[in-house]
Amino acid sequence: MGTYIPHTEDEVASMLAFLGLSTIDELFDAVPEALRLQRGLELADGAGEPDVLAHMDAYADRNLARNDRLLCFAGGGAYDHEIPAVTKALAGRSEFVTSYTPYQPEVAQGVLQAMFEFQTLIARLFGLPVANASLYDGASATVEAVNLGVAASGRSTVWVSEGIHPHWRQMLTTCAAGTGHRLRTVNLVDGVTVWPRVEVPSDDQPGVLLVGYPNYLGCLEDIPAARAVCDDTGALLVVATDPVSLGLLKSPGESGADVVVGEGQMFGTALGFGGPYLGLFACAQSHVRRLPGRLVGETVDVEGRRAYVTTLRAREQDIRREKATSNVCTNQTLMAVTAAIQLGWLGTAGLAELALRCARATRYARDALVAIDGVTAYADAPVVREFAVRTPIPADTVVERMADAGFLAGIPLGDQFDQGEHGLLIAVTERRTRDEIDAYVAAFAKAVA
Amino acid sequence: MAGSNLLNGPAAPGGKATSAPLLGRDTEPTLFELSHPGRRAWSFRTTGIPELDIEDLLPREHVRSEPVPLAEVSERDLVAHFTRLSHRQFSVDLGAYPLGSCTMKYNPKVCDAVAALPGLAGVHPAAPASLTQGWLALMVEVEETLCEITGMAAATLQPAAGASGELTGLLLMRAWHQAQGAPRHKVIIPDSAHGTNPASVTLGGYEVVTVPSDARGCVDMEALASVLDEDVAGIMLTNPNTLGLFEEDIAAIAAAVHKVGGLLYYDGANLNAILGVVRPGDMGFDIVHMNLHKTFATPHGGGGPGAGPVAVSERLVPYLPGPRPERVEDGAEGKPTYRWFTPERSIGRMHSWHGNTLVLARALAYILANGGDGLRKVAEIAVLNANWIRQRLSGTFDVPFDRQCMHEVVLSSRNLKQAHGVRALDIAKRLLEEGFHSPTVYFPLIVEEALMIEPTETESPQTLEALARALELIAYEANELPAGSMTEAPRNTPVRRVDEARAARTLIPTFDASARSRPDPS
Repeated sequence: MGTYIPHTEDEVASMLAFLGLSTIDELFDAVPEALRLQRGLELADGAGEPDVLAHMDAYADRNLARNDRLLCFAGGGAYDHEIPAVTKALAGRSEFVTSYTPYQPEVAQGVLQAMFEFQTLIARLFGLPVANASLYDGASATVEAVNLGVAASGRSTVWVSEGIHPHWRQMLTTCAAGTGHRLRTVNLVDGVTVWPRVEVPSDDQPGVLLVGYPNYLGCLEDIPAARAVCDDTGALLVVATDPVSLGLLKSPGESGADVVVGEGQMFGTALGFGGPYLGLFACAQSHVRRLPGRLVGETVDVEGRRAYVTTLRAREQDIRREKATSNVCTNQTLMAVTAAIQLGWLGTAGLAELALRCARATRYARDALVAIDGVTAYADAPVVREFAVRTPIPADTVVERMADAGFLAGIPLGDQFDQGEHGLLIAVTERRTRDEIDAYVAAFAKAVA
Repeated sequence: MAGSNLLNGPAAPGGKATSAPLLGRDTEPTLFELSHPGRRAWSFRTTGIPELDIEDLLPREHVRSEPVPLAEVSERDLVAHFTRLSHRQFSVDLGAYPLGSCTMKYNPKVCDAVAALPGLAGVHPAAPASLTQGWLALMVEVEETLCEITGMAAATLQPAAGASGELTGLLLMRAWHQAQGAPRHKVIIPDSAHGTNPASVTLGGYEVVTVPSDARGCVDMEALASVLDEDVAGIMLTNPNTLGLFEEDIAAIAAAVHKVGGLLYYDGANLNAILGVVRPGDMGFDIVHMNLHKTFATPHGGGGPGAGPVAVSERLVPYLPGPRPERVEDGAEGKPTYRWFTPERSIGRMHSWHGNTLVLARALAYILANGGDGLRKVAEIAVLNANWIRQRLSGTFDVPFDRQCMHEVVLSSRNLKQAHGVRALDIAKRLLEEGFHSPTVYFPLIVEEALMIEPTETESPQTLEALARALELIAYEANELPAGSMTEAPRNTPVRRVDEARAARTLIPTFDASARSRPDPS
């Protein structure tokens, strides 16, 4: 069996003797006898490393939808981008992997500086002055942004665009049971949000507007229009974005967002069946004291050398307890380090090129798909890297048939967005070649025929 | 005395990091300072896709006028930069990391290999169950295993970390009470609790009621009785608690809380101490979160990712977040299949997808390697190591609650502060010079000048001896050297003591803010 305990029996005996004990069970004398487990755990005995790998590999083998077997055309916040060898090698360095929250900055400058660089990269990308050191994922970043918005505006009504990822909206609803926020879904019309008119002041005046850019269906929303609603009502504007698309798009910060959030998986993190991913969060300077999660700041050491440290700690739960801005403690630092490395690899020109390649591949695939008899675009609104189509047969069936042909066809929209089970969300990344897309379109035509 | 000195043999301490290549005292430039216009590292696949111009792809009003200014570096410089950063970072792989409450045990490399399997790492989370049977089956095994370890009925694997698990648990508590008629208003937590507990209570829509600890370091039963009423939704406990002590009255606490209709929440931060010995479910807990990155050795990643599954007793199962994976015994070929389902009264969702799934896979690999027998040994040796440290250092430092501890021990350096002005912080910084990570300091809040040491089971006796000698040396210096000399530490680390006050006073959260804060060279 595998064991990671170094002690020999003699050493254990010697240590027990030092404690004046004769058996190891005596270490647990404080545990009342009546509560103790009177048997061994009903788990298999320890296995050697080859057996562990074989056990796990058997699970891996049963996953047919792996991206080295089915060509991936699914997105929805999880994208099949290239992960270069350099990102894997650097992000896998055990100093980053096996350290913890930098409580002792003198021996944690590696992670701290990587976080500082990550914050800088995300702030520039989102067009805002401050980004935190990560949250769990896109959904949790969105929940935290809404919490900040409600606290800052003093109003608990939140207008949530239907174009926010359905899972993220579900988590908002789940968490609203505790916070009491009043969530109001604002529907999409032809792929974009149409905000209601509101008399000001009113009881239902929003404290927060939440919109996607691009939204879940890949469509580009009118951010200046959302900003105008916020200016009329005094609400904060929270934009949930796709950071790869921002290689081409104006940053939401530049367009007037107070808070920008997003999923950062696409910067070097494996699909991994959904986790661990990376919650991105940036805000305007005026909200920095309400920022959730950790923040790294630059300072100096006693000799005046540049150094980094987690800062504005008085916001955090270990100091502020029930009055903290958030309960987040452990976040997704390793994924943030990974994103910093990946964004370093991409660089200024590479990110623009990546977004452009996604946009070209998406356009190419979309034009070919809507030429298929019975397949129509869900909306005419412009898209960057993802789009929805209506299919003549249920989308689930399309996915099933396409899997047999070697493709993960996309994400069925289910009963969302008035598609009646006939909506399919499709993403095309820079990894897909013209030949692959041609084969996908041919298989698609066959599947829906 | 037998066992008092563990360095009698030939082995040197594996966990002492004084040979670490923390070279030089130069500041590492940022990625942005390494940037040179025109340099690049990126390359993409040749695709043959028509190269439309941006004007043909997007309306002008959406297109940015300039590319996002990131950095422009060669691959070689990128590798050198992050490699040098890694040399400025302490880690478990480098040396002992006795950071109390964080369970910084060795992370087996086989788990890294598991997380990299293409059949696990390359799977899109929205792929249908028919194409992801392996992942669903794996998750069901994780759930069943965690339920056996904790003595609970079912679990959600969605929460991404301990704090997320806490909020999930509180929302479950709220949904349960709501179904009984009213959500109630108060949640009790001890004064020794982790800070995430009260913060999560607030987000769960509850008011925090704090109960003090008694002279033995456990929940004060009289104080508890005085705050228990039918407006109490539940109590959050860590057992063993943050003093490293087992709450001996746990059965009485459970009975008292249940009597007023409240629920018991188990903060699993300290689960490592009791694996295979006693189970939260058998102690009377209704809701249990686990920190897989602590107990089950998944890497802490510099501050995450973690994973915080929440297991519950039978009556709370219908409220769990969904969708959940489940096994369907399929009569046809005799082989089970797996599907998603959402519990009838589910509180909803706590993650973008299914949880930190690759972390779950790592944890399962760790559990399989140890086995049921091995997990019990993990707890035994973790507790043995902590008690050895306690006994060895009890003459050197104050031990505020000097009785047998569990997996960690809380010492106090208040005697050194009173006599010489040497603070726990100074001791922590001085220990860094000796090649060890510091213990957790100033926590729990109820112990003055607290030094919370959790050696974990993976540190050898030789490493414990070296750690004890280092702490004894530091105490000797505090007593014998001129006052104030301790505040010089650390001296041999990549940077010396860091000005935290300045960082908060003049916030510089990005390189751009840093550039603005420097005088213009022209």
